[in-house]
Amino acid sequence: MITHLPFAPLLQVADPQLPPTHFWPWLIFALIKLLVVFTVYMVMAALLTLAERKLSAWIQDRHGPNRVGPWGLMQPLADGLKNLVKEEAAPSFASGALYNLAPIISFIPALITWAVIPFGAPFPTRWGRFDMVLADLPVGYLYVLAIASLGVYGIVLAGWSSNNKYALLGGLRSSAQMISYEIAMGMSTIPVVMLAGNVTLSAIVLQQSRIGWNAVTLTFAFFVFVIAAFAETNRLPFDLPEAESELITGYHTEYSSMKFSFFFIAEYANMVTASAMMATLFLGGWDIPFWQGDNVGHYSALISILTILSFVIKVLFFLFFFMWIRWTLPRFRYDQLMSLGWKVLLPSTLAYILVVAGAVIGLDAARVPRDWHFALSMLALNVVIMVLVFWVLDRGRIVSPASSRIAAPELDRLRTMSRRSALTPREAGD
Amino acid sequence: MAIGVKVMERPVEQTSYVRATLKGMALTLKHLLNTHKVTVQYPEQKWPLSPRWRGTHRMLTTEDGKAKCVACGLCPTVCPANCIKLVPGEDEQGNRYPLIFEIDEFRCIFCGYCQEVCPEEAIHLGRHYENSEYSREGFVYDLERLVSQTHPVSELWDPADPKGQ
Repeated sequence: MITHLPFAPLLQVADPQLPPTHFWPWLIFALIKLLVVFTVYMVMAALLTLAERKLSAWIQDRHGPNRVGPWGLMQPLADGLKNLVKEEAAPSFASGALYNLAPIISFIPALITWAVIPFGAPFPTRWGRFDMVLADLPVGYLYVLAIASLGVYGIVLAGWSSNNKYALLGGLRSSAQMISYEIAMGMSTIPVVMLAGNVTLSAIVLQQSRIGWNAVTLTFAFFVFVIAAFAETNRLPFDLPEAESELITGYHTEYSSMKFSFFFIAEYANMVTASAMMATLFLGGWDIPFWQGDNVGHYSALISILTILSFVIKVLFFLFFFMWIRWTLPRFRYDQLMSLGWKVLLPSTLAYILVVAGAVIGLDAARVPRDWHFALSMLALNVVIMVLVFWVLDRGRIVSPASSRIAAPELDRLRTMSRRSALTPREAGD
Repeated sequence: MAIGVKVMERPVEQTSYVRATLKGMALTLKHLLNTHKVTVQYPEQKWPLSPRWRGTHRMLTTEDGKAKCVACGLCPTVCPANCIKLVPGEDEQGNRYPLIFEIDEFRCIFCGYCQEVCPEEAIHLGRHYENSEYSREGFVYDLERLVSQTHPVSELWDPADPKGQ
């Protein structure tokens, strides 16, 4: 009798090591995962605002917020409350609908990227085994690239709809920067996809647990991806869209109260997402290093939790790295940013793709097994490449003062031109 | 690049970005791990004030609790900001005392001349800075307020070294 009720599948017992056989347990578990991931993510983004202030304080030999709650832990709550009840001042000249839409658009892409990021080994229950990923899309990596490029719309629309020249400049810079670095970012992940032979993120994670983390086998791609991730999330040293000193915080100049808060949360949400992507693509996702028990064989709740912990630790490491860099480096000049993106990162990643492709073909032809032998050979190759790259970056004036040297005759010609234009008589009536 | 930008021929050690970045990160990490913090936790901790700090006024009193002031009128005369209002009175024994003694702390420039000129060492500037009030009227200190304040007074000069040598 009971088997006709809709919740009947919940009462049945399935093999915990196999995927669930019924729809309802799957749906309920998916909803639980959704809720947990969303909550953890939002709380994390809120706490990151505190972590950022604490870290910046410690780096500057200060204490940081320590008045609201123990160690200032309630500070994000107080900030949120303040932003909620604060009076909102919207400029009368703003373009209404887009002005309101922009904070939402900047926030949502960061959130929905999480749908495809695997954050743990499968979790066995009596209703079957559940993958620790919200939706293991077969095109996961392409989905991430597509969604990541949506984030810039929020910033550009905010800059445009504010009808403010500083905001517009911030939006313009942001679009130029994002487009430039998105290419480098996409190119740097192509070697990852080449090694995995698959664009599903869980397949990329599994491949790394077999061969070795991509940070080891594809160090240069990792390096480029980290730089591009900084640019994509508008963090220092690439925070040109904000640029407090020149653009009065750029695209969100005209935003106040909760709408500003949304941009703020979006920045941290983007950071978490970028950190998770770096962990997934290059640090083996939820893989626990030097231990195969988490990848093969018997699934257990303990292993699942351990892998989630390992993933969280990696994400936290990258978040710390983001903040550490922010409080160390000054902002790039606009032309330095562009020349780094287009003249250094793009060509070098293109060349790197060729090198990796050649190396993979060569290693396969030499019948090197795809395990630590493969990883070590790739590592040796990468060490050589990294030394070369650092040597060139260190010697060149690509990102150093006054972007490039001008030949002496050219400089003379330009100086004569400027002298002549300065001597031109001013127009009548001036 | 921009016309007239002077490109300095600096040694590579100074212009290198990678080395400078790594050096900077090492420095910030050092400060991050450094447990010595320079912040003064203000309401609980306070920075010690100099003995010559010139803050809001205080009127010193005799043993029987009366103001030392004899209403000679030197301080309103010397005051460059004209912030002291003094109306002298005289009792039956012929002793002069201030009927009204008010200092407008908004007008005051805290020069310390009143303390310097006072023959009775009655009016003093205070080593004090927490002066907030809810109204502008609260900043006109009357005699009662000046007498009842207890904060330490300014020394204006070091008695051991009066000429500041």
